[in-house]
Amino acid sequence: MTAERLVLNAQLAQMLKGGVIMDVTTPEQAGIAEEAGAVAVMALERVPADIRKEGGVARMSDPGLIRAIQAAVSIPVMAKVRIGHFVEAQLLEALKIDYIDESEVLTPADEESHIDKTRFSIPFVCGARNLGEACRRIAEGAAMIRTKGEAGTGNVVEAVRHMRTMNREIRTIRDLPREELTGFCRDQGLPYEVALKVREAGRLPVVNFAAGGIATPADAALMMQLGCDGVFVGSGIFKSSDPARRAAAIVQATTYADDPEKVLEVSAGLGEPMAGIEIPTIPQEARLAERGW
Amino acid sequence: MSGIGVLDLQGGVVEHLEHLAALGVPASRVKGAKDLDGLTGLILPGGESTCLTRLLHGCGLDREIAERCHAGLKLWGTCAGAILLAREVVGEVASLGLMDIRIQRNAFGSQLDSFNLTVAVPAVAPEPIPLTFIRAPKILRLGQGVSPLLEIDGYCAAAEDRNSLVTVFHPELTPSLAFHRYFAGKCGIPVPIPRIASAAWQADSWVGYAPIP
Repeated sequence: MTAERLVLNAQLAQMLKGGVIMDVTTPEQAGIAEEAGAVAVMALERVPADIRKEGGVARMSDPGLIRAIQAAVSIPVMAKVRIGHFVEAQLLEALKIDYIDESEVLTPADEESHIDKTRFSIPFVCGARNLGEACRRIAEGAAMIRTKGEAGTGNVVEAVRHMRTMNREIRTIRDLPREELTGFCRDQGLPYEVALKVREAGRLPVVNFAAGGIATPADAALMMQLGCDGVFVGSGIFKSSDPARRAAAIVQATTYADDPEKVLEVSAGLGEPMAGIEIPTIPQEARLAERGW
Repeated sequence: MSGIGVLDLQGGVVEHLEHLAALGVPASRVKGAKDLDGLTGLILPGGESTCLTRLLHGCGLDREIAERCHAGLKLWGTCAGAILLAREVVGEVASLGLMDIRIQRNAFGSQLDSFNLTVAVPAVAPEPIPLTFIRAPKILRLGQGVSPLLEIDGYCAAAEDRNSLVTVFHPELTPSLAFHRYFAGKCGIPVPIPRIASAAWQADSWVGYAPIP
């Protein structure tokens, strides 16, 4: 990836700011998401809640399904590859989708190395639980970051934890004397060049979205008020009782996150949200956020 | 106080605020109808046009912008903003429809087909300007009263009429201030700074306008 291409890719993510990216599993759902005001869709065979329930190895989606979803909408189409599975990424690049999510929601293909994203022209978004993970992904060529949260749970607690952790760590290095940054990066496993940029910017130098467990308009507004640039909603929309209405409400709540009256207005009468899962009831090995490093 | 507003519903809002600040033009965010008071110009930024259309309609800003445009408010649509302003959108229902142009959304392909280009736009600046096209639309037809500012390979990339300016590319994603200066002029706001490029601009200059809490 040339430096110019990396900037162009980060700039597409900038155009998604303040928006909602929705998981969809059919062209019909993609159409519903676009109509409701999604800024992009994530094309998947199964939403995270079903991946969690059904188990087994979760892989890149069927290219035929992704093509059908690309044909159904004008907004950007994203799709997921397994962590470290650079050939799945090569396929999605050949498919000319708009963004690749190297995602812990799928079963990792490599437990030691993430994809070298600088070898691609296509943009990547990656999950992060903290500043170290975010900086390492950016150093590898990610043009956009999202919190991992705990996908498929309808429980926002992990996304909140990851965003608060990231903000706390950003404040720490923002206030460090520059000469202490080198030692800090050594101890924390941070790539120095990216950390230096974060210190100067006082935030991540790329767009950072919330993801993992967002199920209600209030969840989306919470993540926006915590400083996210936008929101991914996975299972939360199409596992609820009235997806079109809930999707439109989450779009409104993301834009007007700072306006409680507006969020209140769109939160009424949405029907049942997706059923949620308490994190402590999930066995350690089934926690998706633990994947990648 | 006269100034330029940036529609702040979704998309590349802070990038425009940063450029207007670099020019010394008073700028503010527009989230609702009352935010339009006192403005002489409004920028409709890049983002996703379906999303912006829903949000504009949801808060009644669509009617308000149309009314104020007829009363003289100047509008500038970049990329998705240009789609909002077009009277005709290929395969879709028009949004604000305040400019008599026909436009095709996402006309170049996927993100892999996004590109940069440096070209001369004589009406806007004496020297060539860098332009950034991201999943850009193409203007396919200009109606009455609309004149082209830039034509490339059989499509129109920038055009204007008496009230409005449209660019399918993103001047706010480059160091060039030329189009912002040009639009400020259209809004009757004098720009004290003579330079047309921001020496301090970097690709991540926008982050200063989107701090963590």
